[in-house]
Amino acid sequence: MAERRTVRRQLRLLPVVPSVLLLLLFLAAPVLWSFHASFTNAALTGRNARNPAWTGVENYVRLLSDPAFPAAVLLTIVFVVASAVVGQNLLGLLIAGLMTRARKPVSAVVGTAVVAAWVLPEIVAAFAAYAYFSKDGTLNQLLGNAGAAGADWLYAYPMVAVVLANIWRGTAFSMLVYRAALADVPRDISEAALMDGASGWQRLVFITLPLIRSSIATNLMLVTLQTLAVFTLIWVMTAGGPSNASTTLPVLAYQEAFKFGDIGYGTAIASVLIVLGLVFGIGYVRLLKGDKR
Amino acid sequence: MRTTGRPPLAVASRRATRRGVASPGFRRARTPADAALLLIGACFVLPLLWLVFASLDTTAGYQTQLPASASLDNFAAVLTPDLLLGPLWNSLLLSAGTATVTLAAAVLAAYPLSRFQSRFNRPFMYSILCGTCLPITAIMVPVYGLFVQLRLLDSLPATVLFLAATSLPMAIWMTKNFMDAVPVSLEEAAWVDGASGLTALRSVVLPLMRQGLGVVFIFVFIQTWGNFFVPFILLLSPSKQPASVSIFSFFGQHGAVAYGQLAAFSILYSVPVLVLYVLVARGAGGSFALSGAMKG
Repeated sequence: MAERRTVRRQLRLLPVVPSVLLLLLFLAAPVLWSFHASFTNAALTGRNARNPAWTGVENYVRLLSDPAFPAAVLLTIVFVVASAVVGQNLLGLLIAGLMTRARKPVSAVVGTAVVAAWVLPEIVAAFAAYAYFSKDGTLNQLLGNAGAAGADWLYAYPMVAVVLANIWRGTAFSMLVYRAALADVPRDISEAALMDGASGWQRLVFITLPLIRSSIATNLMLVTLQTLAVFTLIWVMTAGGPSNASTTLPVLAYQEAFKFGDIGYGTAIASVLIVLGLVFGIGYVRLLKGDKR
Repeated sequence: MRTTGRPPLAVASRRATRRGVASPGFRRARTPADAALLLIGACFVLPLLWLVFASLDTTAGYQTQLPASASLDNFAAVLTPDLLLGPLWNSLLLSAGTATVTLAAAVLAAYPLSRFQSRFNRPFMYSILCGTCLPITAIMVPVYGLFVQLRLLDSLPATVLFLAATSLPMAIWMTKNFMDAVPVSLEEAAWVDGASGLTALRSVVLPLMRQGLGVVFIFVFIQTWGNFFVPFILLLSPSKQPASVSIFSFFGQHGAVAYGQLAAFSILYSVPVLVLYVLVARGAGGSFALSGAMKG
């Protein structure tokens, strides 16, 4: 009797099977395969494509001695911190904050403009950003009109260009998250503080920010992870160049694996990226769990 | 939209009087806020201006300029089966297929997670959450390898399945949250009448969460429609490539770029997702859906 009940209980989980199969086959298996392949000399073509040999930690040793790798790690960190953690996050908060004060039509129009950059297909956004920063692009036209000398941004300052482009593209997400969070802040509290003579800054730092703490944490984590994976924007704008000056980890992994056909080495780089993502992911899960208590 | 929080009239007027009493400066603070917002908005619009102007200009370059003589020639030039319609059809197949598979799998998975207590629930939901954190760019190399081994390269259905797997974690979270909002008591009547779980799901639960299902479907659709990297790696033959990949046909062999046509193509390719996004934002609220996805 009890056994039959257990069986019936387990049958209830049957509908989960299609999802689990899809996730195992297309997400879990590639992750495991990636870690495995990173210890081999697997290649896209040639002899090593058919019979890859186990090479142990050779790929990782090569990574450490390859000057492109630490540079890519550094550029990835710069890209994530500058464009997501600082740029998108703070600008999103600023826009959401201004929206609570501005007139309604103004915030509706500006909100639409910000969201438009985000909803566009990524390749279109990437082309628009490329045109904007290119040598005869809109930015230099504007600078020229203002009497300032422009630069060939994509060659002289590729990281500046891709960071700004990613801020432009991604801020809408933070803006939406913070608009929802700010709308849930009870008016009474900040109004009471206003009556007590708290300045705008004081209200922001001591009342609003603590109240939306969990939204800030969630948003930081999500934009960090999204930005960690950005490939198309950088690839279209600079292709990682000139001479690796804007090669982040996803671009480097793509180049090694698909351009140079070195799957083993490419997966080693990808594995580093996966570990980075998992570290963030586990931290995120812990944060959420902590919130529940 | 729920989150812009149109306050009830009474609250609004109370707020207005309080503001007037407590701080006369509050009213003045609106104009600087408006100005700052408009400035930021202008910065966001600027990169898009090129797209619009160049699409109307037959002699367009990367400069943003009002077209000397505006014409729809660029649009006419790209509106051919080869250039635009075929790739858009592929995009549609890819996005609709992915959204359908994702939604079906997510609904099935969310039902037991939402309705029955099990010790598997929590670990499953948290591993799913980790799945949403996986940078997809990082697993493209092994996925390419997997597709080569299984001889699935250049297969539209296989690409749909992979895209569905990548959007599943987020979709399961959203669907479960929408389903949790439907009271269990409504199904109990059906169970008493002898309906099985899945019958109750189909006849009671799903109709009640129609709007939520629409949000999930459109979210996945938009995501897939804009996805460049996955079809770029997994689909090889030009006849199967979606618009996100075929857009490169505007780049000639020797750096010659048909800028105007590129811009016109980009606009036509973007319109469907812009429309769908507006639908979501109007219907259920863009940030409502976000908060639905992020509730723990």
